[in-house]
Amino acid sequence: MSSNTPVEPRRTALDALHRSLGATMTDFAGWDMPLRYGSERDEHLAVRSRAGLFDLSHMGEITVSGPQAAALLDFALVGNIGGVKTGRARYTMICRADGGILDDLIVYRLADTAYLIVANASNAQVVLDAVVERAEGFDAEVRDDRDAYALIAVQGPESPGILKSLTDADLDGLKYYAGLPGTVAGVPALIARTGYTGEDGFELFVAPADAAKLWQALTDAGAPAGLVPCGLSCRDTLRLEAGMPLYGNELSTSLTPFDAGLGRVVKFEKEGDFVGREALSEAAARAESQPPRVLVGLVAEGRRVPRAGYPVVAGGGVGGGGGVEVVGEVTSGAPSPTLGRPIAMAYVDAAHSAPGTTGVGVDIRGSHEPYEVVALPFYKRQR
Amino acid sequence: MSNPQELRYSKEHEWLSGAADGVSTVGITEHAANALGDVVYVQLPEVGAAVTAGETCGELESTKSVSDLYSPVTGEITEVNQDVVDDPALVNTAPFEGGWLFKVRVADEPEDLLSADEYTEFSGSDSGS
Repeated sequence: MSSNTPVEPRRTALDALHRSLGATMTDFAGWDMPLRYGSERDEHLAVRSRAGLFDLSHMGEITVSGPQAAALLDFALVGNIGGVKTGRARYTMICRADGGILDDLIVYRLADTAYLIVANASNAQVVLDAVVERAEGFDAEVRDDRDAYALIAVQGPESPGILKSLTDADLDGLKYYAGLPGTVAGVPALIARTGYTGEDGFELFVAPADAAKLWQALTDAGAPAGLVPCGLSCRDTLRLEAGMPLYGNELSTSLTPFDAGLGRVVKFEKEGDFVGREALSEAAARAESQPPRVLVGLVAEGRRVPRAGYPVVAGGGVGGGGGVEVVGEVTSGAPSPTLGRPIAMAYVDAAHSAPGTTGVGVDIRGSHEPYEVVALPFYKRQR
Repeated sequence: MSNPQELRYSKEHEWLSGAADGVSTVGITEHAANALGDVVYVQLPEVGAAVTAGETCGELESTKSVSDLYSPVTGEITEVNQDVVDDPALVNTAPFEGGWLFKVRVADEPEDLLSADEYTEFSGSDSGS
């Protein structure tokens, strides 16, 4: 927590709507956000089978523009951002010089010389400060656009049909990880086919003043298809089932992308230097020769739910006993509505990381509950 | 939400029925169930176990958290609700009925149990949960 965190949480442009819908609110990274409106399990299943509507206005937008915008981002981030075509998006990371992950990001190329960076709410200031600092000497402008956008996501298999009824934009031509400017329900929007749920879906960046109108139009258009408002609680279980990392859980400054099994986002082949290149080369070599702990999925045989920070154990037999060694740590855990069983992501020693490994348990408040190691993700949608 | 008049309530958000043959039924309130969110796992005391008023005797897990279950009275467990162990969602859907948790032969009860009206006021002003 930084010392300048406001005492009063920030409220999104949709705050009054959430309250009128009876949402249970929660403080998230200094924002007062909907946790759930009713049952989080029902919201989760609605996104898997129909559609869900999310207020994600806490996410942090940063616009980078100018003749050297691409060059700046190639220097500041680990990805090959100059290689992203206009209208497309890229999942990437920003690292420290020592390779530690500052945040994971989505970067949209809006135009030849303009990009939109979307950072996690909890890291938005850190990312903004880092990009501004790294911009020195580049002919590019870095603009804090956190207050310029509200972000509404519609996610789930019914979301293309719902959105089509409200826009003339060519959604069929809009691929996954692409974005285009358009108009939705009469509201100017950046329409992006991205999300954090493992389903098809869209994220709509709009002016805060237009957010309530868009939310209402999506609610009305989605009602026949079974769209429901969804809170951050189900967003977390949806992303966990989809095997997507969460900063602060699976990602941190003490880990490099290679430690997190996401070395593929680091593009050494791009031209020029970038922040973290040297340290990340070493991290890549280390991951090759002596792999550190590996990020795996765990599925419970029982019903007790693993939580972040719980030890992963092996040996000694399930139910306790001697000879138990700690072989890892849970980073995220929840009951999986789709699988009907508790699941977790965990960093475990390489020797226990192969899918199918048995004899692994999670120490749930002193009781060793049996878990099976599985490959991520837990859930993959049918395409 | 309305808290049944015939029950009494603890400040840890349990409800307690009137005793029939010295045995009372215990559950958690609708207010508590709503605060927890979807309950996914219930661990109850064993039949025959001694429980003490205000002390933990089990746990309730929801999607986001684990909460201790407190006994509102001192006594001996005579029955636990196997239905709620098998289907923890009953705690959310019927907290005062099918979602009851255990029955206890009451040996002693604290003096600060609340009436329905007192509990309604208490839980209404209880911002944390």
